[in-house]
Amino acid sequence: MKSHKLSILLVSGLAIAAAAACGTDNSGGSGDKASAAPEGAGPVSISVNCEPPKTNKAERATFEEDLAAFQQLNPTIKVAKVTDAFPCYDPRTFEPKLASGELETVFYVNFPNVGRLIESGQAADLTPYVNEIKTFQDYNSSIDLFKKDGKVYGLPTDGYGMGLVYNKEVFTKAGLDPSSPPKTWAEVQAAAKKIAGLGPGYVGYGEYSGNNVGGWHFTASVYGRGGSVITDDGKKAAFNTPEGKAVLENLHQMRWADNSMGSQLYIDWPALMKAMAGGKMGMMLGAPDVLISLRNDFGGKFENYAITAQPEAKALFNGGAGYMINPKATPEQIKAGLKWIEYKFLTPGKGQFDYARAKSADLTVGQPYPDLYRPDTPSGQAVDELRKANANIDLAQFAGWVEGSKGIPPKAEPGPYAQEIYKILDTPMSAVLTRKDANIDQLLADAESKVNSLLASKG
Amino acid sequence: MTTASIPAASGRRRQPTKLRRAVRRNVTAYGFLCGALICFAFFSWYPMVREVILSFQRTNFVDPPRWVGLENFRTVINDPAFGPAWVNTAVFTLLALLCGYGIPFVTAIVLNELRHARAYLRFVVYLPVMLPPAVSVLLFQWFYNPDYGLFNQALGLVHLPGLQWLNSTSTALISLVIVSTWMNMGSGTLIYLAALQTIPSELYEAAELDGAGLFKRIWHVTIPQTKLILLVMLLLQIVATMQVFIEPYLLTGGGPENATVSVVYLMYQYAFNFGNLNAGNALGLMLMIVLMVFSAIYLRVSRDNTV
Repeated sequence: MKSHKLSILLVSGLAIAAAAACGTDNSGGSGDKASAAPEGAGPVSISVNCEPPKTNKAERATFEEDLAAFQQLNPTIKVAKVTDAFPCYDPRTFEPKLASGELETVFYVNFPNVGRLIESGQAADLTPYVNEIKTFQDYNSSIDLFKKDGKVYGLPTDGYGMGLVYNKEVFTKAGLDPSSPPKTWAEVQAAAKKIAGLGPGYVGYGEYSGNNVGGWHFTASVYGRGGSVITDDGKKAAFNTPEGKAVLENLHQMRWADNSMGSQLYIDWPALMKAMAGGKMGMMLGAPDVLISLRNDFGGKFENYAITAQPEAKALFNGGAGYMINPKATPEQIKAGLKWIEYKFLTPGKGQFDYARAKSADLTVGQPYPDLYRPDTPSGQAVDELRKANANIDLAQFAGWVEGSKGIPPKAEPGPYAQEIYKILDTPMSAVLTRKDANIDQLLADAESKVNSLLASKG
Repeated sequence: MTTASIPAASGRRRQPTKLRRAVRRNVTAYGFLCGALICFAFFSWYPMVREVILSFQRTNFVDPPRWVGLENFRTVINDPAFGPAWVNTAVFTLLALLCGYGIPFVTAIVLNELRHARAYLRFVVYLPVMLPPAVSVLLFQWFYNPDYGLFNQALGLVHLPGLQWLNSTSTALISLVIVSTWMNMGSGTLIYLAALQTIPSELYEAAELDGAGLFKRIWHVTIPQTKLILLVMLLLQIVATMQVFIEPYLLTGGGPENATVSVVYLMYQYAFNFGNLNAGNALGLMLMIVLMVFSAIYLRVSRDNTV
């Protein structure tokens, strides 16, 4: 019996010791592991992420070249750590890295997560430093997503609006003119019907319905029709409207009356991309980067695809990505991190805008993104000229989108709780694609009530 | 050297206490125990303690955490997917028990009775366990395709109409149960088979002499003799199936219309897609309490049957 008690004692002691050893104090974290020297005392050390993976040799080589050039230009800045984990922003590892001090000084973030990181205080306030960036004043409205209450928390480095991606080869097979893609939803519907009529396996129009991407595309579609998902003050749902209803009715019609959407559900981003790259899908909603991704990541025949403006678009869902700075970084590290972002992503003729180098490295040049600067600004004009001068792809593939999207205002993600809202909106999307008897009014009313409850609970 | 061999008159040294003698006697065992304890402490107990703490806090891992009482619990309880998640999990567990408990047991009995191709059939039954779960799930994604999937083609061969499988709220959950059963039945079958082979053949012979048929032999000999393993497997299966995640995550994304959203899937959404780790922890704590009830039953059953 004594021995039993001793075991219990030992177990408890070890458990407590281990727990105590692991205890963390979040309040006094020193930020990322890269150290910050006091001003004038030596190089400031930072870490950066999103180096292209080893499989992408050409882009990785340009990244490393930029890194070396940046450090040569800035001898007081040492990039101590570079990570190449993919995806660059992974919500599964972000908070553990932040908690453990492993989060890089400069980290990548895609637009749907920006609002949430700002809301939860997980990004540094860059306001005092951003005016040192030469091109900062030339930003288009994509910078607004990174602002809250007059403060700036990050910098967009990639941006684009939505459009209609289509397969020219499939269009031709279906007797449609690929140089005259649909401009209205009625035309999309008619084209989809013809494509589906090509035979088994052909899908006229593909759409998402789960894992939050269904809600994401519902939002893009509602924006296109001139609607909103939440009210301007962010307090209420705003999609139970004729625009929201039109989105669902259109999909329901194509799925059940025309049978032009196939029966496969596309529940995550790669699923629809794979189907589109497979060569039997006619159209999908997407941004210009979809064309490059279809080629690079999904083995699609690049020359077969084109993008045109989103039909009847009154506003374009603003997609993209950018960089933020670790909230535990020191002012010196913030300044150094911003210099890296400026050099690598924001300077015409350098980094990602070094189109001459990209062309010689056989990377695609000419696609109309990143769309970061207003076209009437020096930066906007410089990037546009460099892009055109070095283009090595058929610009006609993007021409319909470029021309058709001109003057259409961008519209940002629906606030910091976008992902929760998208999850709720997955339900009406999956309902119209899986149930012939789906009651659209009821679905919208239910989703509206759920989004209202969500927003009310967030205060 | 034992304590008995120590000279009694070794100066003023006191006789070792009983406690010291016990420690000396078991020092090697405690040494081995330490490794396991440290692993459990770091990788099981500490995360559990942190989960409990985090579920009552609000933290962004930058500022000091705030105690928020039951706010995280209120957040998840008010989630419109909270109710469906628990109902789906309960239904999944029930269906997975009916299929995943009965089928492996019956398969084990059949395999135990076979005289030919025994090793081959055991291999075939166990094969799905060797496949990575993601591969099995993606294989079923193709089987379930309403247009060109294997299952609807098979139904077509016998002139039956195809089903919507994952695309319908009425068939999506049972489709996940089929995947889960297929993936996991190999392990269960082998465990049952091992238990069946420990039953003395004399018991069956005696039952046969008493005129017992096949079902009576199973009812009066097989089941009582494998009672312990059946109970243990039942409870382990409940604990495992209530944590269903990979099937809805990869096959349905919780849809259509939340028909397959599970508690762990919702937990994942909170922790990683909504950036609300604390609410995810609160949901995890709820699930842990439910599972602890089953674990307590498991321990009770194990104790009662081993005394």
